[in-house]
Amino acid sequence: MNRRENLKLLFTGSVGAGLLLTGCEPEQVAVQGQVITGGTPGGRTEEEKARDAKLLSENFFTDEEKKKLSTLVDIIMPADSESPSATELKVPDFIEFMMKDQPNMQTPMRGGLMWLDFEADELFGKKFIDLSKEEVIQIVDLVAWPDKATEAYSGGVRWFNMLRNLTCSGYFSTEAGWKYMGYMGNQANVWDGVPQKVLDKHGVSNPEKYAAIYLKPEERGKVAEWDEQGNLIG
Amino acid sequence: MSFQIKETPDSYDVIIVGSGAGGGMASKILSEAGLSVAVVEAGGDFDPAKDEDRTQLRPPWESPRRGAGTRIRPFGDFDQAIGGWDIDGEPYTRKDGTQFDWFRSRMVGGRTNHWGRISLRFGPNDFKRASIDGMGHDWPIGYDDLKPYYDKVDKLIGVFGSKEGIFNEPDGFFLPPPKPRLHELIIKKGADKANIPMIPGRLSMLTRPINNERGVCFFCAQCNRACQAYADFSAGTCLVHPAMKKGKVDLYTYSMVRKVTTDETGKATGVSFVSKVDMKEYKLKSRVVVLGASACESSRILMNSRSKVYPNGIGADSGVLGRYLHDSTGADRMGIMPELIDRDRYNEDGVGGMHMYTPWWLDNKKLDFARGYHIEYWGGMGQPAYGTGGSMDSMRKYLKDEFGNPSPNGGYGEGLKKDIRRIYGSTLGMSGRGESIPQYTNYCEIDPNVVDKYGIPVLRFHYKWTDQEIKQAKHMQDTFEEILTNAGATLLGTKPGADTMYGLAAPGRIIHEVGTTRMGNDPKASVVNSNCQVHDCKNVFVVDAGPFVSQADKNPTWTILALSWRTSDYIVDQLKQKNI
Repeated sequence: MNRRENLKLLFTGSVGAGLLLTGCEPEQVAVQGQVITGGTPGGRTEEEKARDAKLLSENFFTDEEKKKLSTLVDIIMPADSESPSATELKVPDFIEFMMKDQPNMQTPMRGGLMWLDFEADELFGKKFIDLSKEEVIQIVDLVAWPDKATEAYSGGVRWFNMLRNLTCSGYFSTEAGWKYMGYMGNQANVWDGVPQKVLDKHGVSNPEKYAAIYLKPEERGKVAEWDEQGNLIG
Repeated sequence: MSFQIKETPDSYDVIIVGSGAGGGMASKILSEAGLSVAVVEAGGDFDPAKDEDRTQLRPPWESPRRGAGTRIRPFGDFDQAIGGWDIDGEPYTRKDGTQFDWFRSRMVGGRTNHWGRISLRFGPNDFKRASIDGMGHDWPIGYDDLKPYYDKVDKLIGVFGSKEGIFNEPDGFFLPPPKPRLHELIIKKGADKANIPMIPGRLSMLTRPINNERGVCFFCAQCNRACQAYADFSAGTCLVHPAMKKGKVDLYTYSMVRKVTTDETGKATGVSFVSKVDMKEYKLKSRVVVLGASACESSRILMNSRSKVYPNGIGADSGVLGRYLHDSTGADRMGIMPELIDRDRYNEDGVGGMHMYTPWWLDNKKLDFARGYHIEYWGGMGQPAYGTGGSMDSMRKYLKDEFGNPSPNGGYGEGLKKDIRRIYGSTLGMSGRGESIPQYTNYCEIDPNVVDKYGIPVLRFHYKWTDQEIKQAKHMQDTFEEILTNAGATLLGTKPGADTMYGLAAPGRIIHEVGTTRMGNDPKASVVNSNCQVHDCKNVFVVDAGPFVSQADKNPTWTILALSWRTSDYIVDQLKQKNI
């Protein structure tokens, strides 16, 4: 990378900051197709490429398991006025991949999905996928609240914790998840400290002692020079 | 990753094994002196400025695992360091039920692709610890010997920081530090109350340019992914590639060194290595061999360099090859800051590390342990990726509604989603990284029963912490609680107690292991002399952290770089004088 290219990056930084302001408008709903088409890009080893391709070509969940999973992830992360549902963000596909990527999760996940049918039969004499929304919630409530659940359901609670964690991972690691969270980073920019109104709100300030030496954004293009004592002079 | 296999040329002036901080620096200095150099690297080459190798700025949805770690990238799918704790076909073993975890990076730049870029000079006391507390040994050199090289490293590579005038935390040629993040300012209130200093971090990222070849930091917090603008330090982008452009440097990738070859007089003649591409054995010849494969890997190569002249390996007659292995201590604590719940949003990525830290601030004479530690701080509105929104089964109770009622743990639905948004950016914490006492009884050796997939005998580790490190970890935990509580944070988890050695990380986990080829004036108590030259094989040098007599409460990289530069100058001088 030469200086001209770096200047381009600097320039991108300022453009990015400009976009950032308009990017906050509520009408911009960032629901993008989160379709996984290949493995992770960027500097992969041959072994990594082969492994990702293999995992992506395999199926772990059965169709019925996937149906159950889709019901559950949309209960955990439903659509609301600000954001889409977990299935709209393809969270089940992400969980499917993670089962193969971290196989130690397979047995507890499959076991949890099987338990749903057992419990549905006990309570309602039906299969889980045939339950009404209210009936599904009755079962979910048995395991979704760790501090209230009875000891008999402790295994189910552990499974649902795992499912909740995976669903949230899959949800907030998307463009729509970032937007909902209000994450503004991952782009070229110039850090010039916490915004003043935020400092004021929390009653803190940048240490006065270092005011003279903190990076000044306008000097970011100047090649550094020092005197013999190590003082920055240029 | 590109393959690069060359037919063996006649001979090189110098073969350098490893392309990390030590090997990278040696490749630059030795080639600039006009010497022909072969760099032999066990992994592949890459250039983060090329899109095919770039992981920087990639959002998590480009990864099917959304950035989760894998076996060969345990710190995340976009982490640039390839290797990890457990490399397929390259095992290591442990002895007597002790623990040591060994992190390796198989690639150009080695572990400089992974590190936190905390760039601290060792201070005058750090070279003379035995004289101060009677434990361990002094280095045969002192701060004054290395100061000119630290100065040159600062200017060549770049480090931001503040001049503080603290005796054992020497100042350097600093670039402007970035302003603090919000959680750092809030933690500082707690540290101030406890009379614990917090000063700007000292990290090797270019907040301003130092030359026209490398760009400046654009604050994405992703140094661990390798910078496409070359605005942070890694040995590949800052040392090895520039050396290849300017000088006579050949890079041998995917080349796993088996041993240093020697002649009948005991002089090193080059190295023998296995190509990972065709699994064939190759030999390279040189006048000088420089080992920069990492402290343990270099000592492994020396131990495996057996011959008639060296029946137990090169440097083994010292009796200390592989001995005095020591890593930094480490312990952590985490809290949640109620005033950061529902916080305002802005881009808080910053540099790829802390903007403020605490250097060691106490006098050990008044404490029940011998050496100090520094504190690294973390928190803030980091990039949501794999793991975000997790642990709500135990964390959700810290969120209160407008009437002050806590949310129930766990749950689901719109309320859970909102609570995750509210809690985002409100957790913070700190990590202590301290100095341990080097022990003869902590070591690596060749396991007589195990080889790797190249048929090279592997290392077996034996390592136990002593009371010194355990007491230091206890002190860390007390300090962390004091700072967090003073700052107004609610502590998370229970305080680690004696049963877990106060949360002291397992040896190797801090990835600062040093000391296995330590330097000294006595050939019976050290492997290399004060110029990092092997006592009993004068044309072999070690430029990684193996020669460290003691690992200070600083990160080792800046000292590896300074020492490697100094050693390289010595090699050039000795070749000129025809002493080697």
